[in-house]
Amino acid sequence: CVEQTDTEATAPSVIDRYYTRWFRADMKGKPCEDHCILQHSNRLCVITLAETHPILQDGRAIKSINYQISNGCSRLNNKVSGKFCTSVAFHSSTWPVNYSPIGGQFLTDFAPLCRITCTDETEYTIYSCIRGRLLEVNESILETPTLLLEKPSTEGYIAVILPKFEESKSITENLLSREEFESVVSKR
Amino acid sequence: MLPLKDGDKPVVHKLLSSGCCARCVLRFCCVSVQAAYRKPPQETLEELRVFIGNTENGKSRQSATHSAAGSPESQNAVGSDPPGGPPIKRVKLEPAEPGAAAAEGDAAAEVKVEEEESGVCVACLGILQELSGPNQAVKIAERVKEGEYEFDTLVLSVSLPAQLCVREHSCWLHVKKELREKSSALGKDDVVPVKEAFKWIMQGLVAKELGGVAVVIRSLFEVSVEFTHPETEADCHFLASTCADCFKPTKNKQSVFTRMAVVKALEKISDAVFLKHYAFPPPRPSSSCVPRDVQCLHASVFIAGRYNKFCRSLPQTPWLIDGERRMESSVEELIAAPVLSSFRAAGFNFSSSGREDVDVRTLGNGRPFAMELLNPHRSKLSREEMKQLQETINESSDKIRVRDLQIVSREAMGRMKEGEEAKTKSYTALVWTQKAIQSQDIAFIDGIKDLTLDQKTPLRVLHRRALAVRQRVVHRMNTRYLDPHHFHLELKTQAGTYIKEFVHGDFGRTKPNMSALLKMDTDILELDVESVDVDWPPSIPE
Repeated sequence: CVEQTDTEATAPSVIDRYYTRWFRADMKGKPCEDHCILQHSNRLCVITLAETHPILQDGRAIKSINYQISNGCSRLNNKVSGKFCTSVAFHSSTWPVNYSPIGGQFLTDFAPLCRITCTDETEYTIYSCIRGRLLEVNESILETPTLLLEKPSTEGYIAVILPKFEESKSITENLLSREEFESVVSKR
Repeated sequence: MLPLKDGDKPVVHKLLSSGCCARCVLRFCCVSVQAAYRKPPQETLEELRVFIGNTENGKSRQSATHSAAGSPESQNAVGSDPPGGPPIKRVKLEPAEPGAAAAEGDAAAEVKVEEEESGVCVACLGILQELSGPNQAVKIAERVKEGEYEFDTLVLSVSLPAQLCVREHSCWLHVKKELREKSSALGKDDVVPVKEAFKWIMQGLVAKELGGVAVVIRSLFEVSVEFTHPETEADCHFLASTCADCFKPTKNKQSVFTRMAVVKALEKISDAVFLKHYAFPPPRPSSSCVPRDVQCLHASVFIAGRYNKFCRSLPQTPWLIDGERRMESSVEELIAAPVLSSFRAAGFNFSSSGREDVDVRTLGNGRPFAMELLNPHRSKLSREEMKQLQETINESSDKIRVRDLQIVSREAMGRMKEGEEAKTKSYTALVWTQKAIQSQDIAFIDGIKDLTLDQKTPLRVLHRRALAVRQRVVHRMNTRYLDPHHFHLELKTQAGTYIKEFVHGDFGRTKPNMSALLKMDTDILELDVESVDVDWPPSIPE
């Protein structure tokens, strides 16, 4: 068994090792409102702002972040409880796994996650980008909005969505790979 | 000698003429003398016939002359007294002499003991007829010998078709009626069950075939005999309409008429309703029960030990996705293979005090584990043999190592969970830093004691674990500087702490984390478990 020790100065990051980057460009036709979806090998997706998103340009500052997207719906009220199949032990090796989250809001591609208002009064809506069950929205950015500006790909993530097992491959059909996205950006 | 009384005669008469075999007749007469059931059935049948025949003859003889020879002692039979039977009147087995036969023949003609031609018993469906006896004992013993099991004692268990309860109930009701007229009571529990009689007959025979092994009530080794009778399965069906709530539809395609359900329904049903639906005598079947293959099962044996994992590409349990193996072998399989072979067991259940990831090594004394071995054909290994088995496992692969291998009790499996939740663990992590550091930059970490973390369920397991925040304590840490971008971090933490997430922060979902403490991006390149601080299983000196 060969031991792997990595002593390079720049090692592949956690994201590089476990996630695949997918992109949605110009969300809902709005120029440059690009989203980056980090898909984990366990099929979970973390929704983040792509580096090209307007919020991250021109030194903008954030005035408010609101998960209340309509009168009746707040993403903060997303209550997810788990339903476990108790007869099988949990191992990372079983697939599909015997846990299904119940209650988390089921989202479609264009479901709004939150609305962000910047100090220059520009307003942006961040969207789900994929179909799946909403597991979590990042409340840290409510407390510390600068996280979104400084660490949009990690601590400033927007939400975590779990696609249906059957759809975990097909959801990427509507998304751009990194190469495709970079090609789109270069043509702007 | 049949331990029967005069009062039994109408019962015997009724049952014989309804198609019951001799042994079932004994059962309904509450004969609890085991030896009575071990006689060849034909012999018992003859005795019964004589028993009822003689009485009638005796009466008519009394009124007639005493010239008939035969069995003048019939009414005052003396003989060895089998224990347990009320010795009021005995019938002595003695074939009637020819002369007497002639005289008795006329008297007997008045009685006309009507018997159906001997065939399959309507009560036991043949189980107490040809299906119990020396031939069957030989067959059972053969199956046991084939398995080459190691055992001191055995328990013989028998499973009967559910419809036997219905037939038994029917016979009992009619016998009860017969006796009520003589003002005797017959509780259902007084009747000897078919199972009981079968065991009385077979236990001794099986024991003999297996060289005198003790056949007992409870044992680690169970030999199961099962009988089915498809022909009469429909006997139970009427109960579904009379006691619908006893029969719940099952998820599988299995029959809803389980023995338990049928027994329950029979307890509830009134005598009147039963008699309306089920005729006495029960219909005579055309064939006997079918014995299924004899099953042998030895109770599970439990072993425990501690394992080391030296490989960074070995999962603890088999890694399969869509039924396809994604990684070769696993810790549990490497340990199980030689163990299953030594104990000649059919399968196993593996349990350990926590688990490490594929890419994590387990060093030090290793992690406690326990295994349940299913249906082991060998159950006792000496200390020496266990040592040898441990050696075999260790020689089979350099990816794992096992120590303290020993046989333990069933409670062992529960102790695994105990260790997982309550005890501390020690680790060494290889940490990468984004910015260049010097040794003094990380020295402060050594002074941090009992740091409480709030860990949201890591993203890497969030697809199979509920979203929650767990508080875990890092008791102490020690750093060893390597180079401007690497250092070794030793940690002692509470059980259940996610180390990887503590180092890289998991998108900020573990707070505090190493990135935040050092104010730079950090990642974990390697992780080793140094110790699992559980003092069980007891260590075995090498």
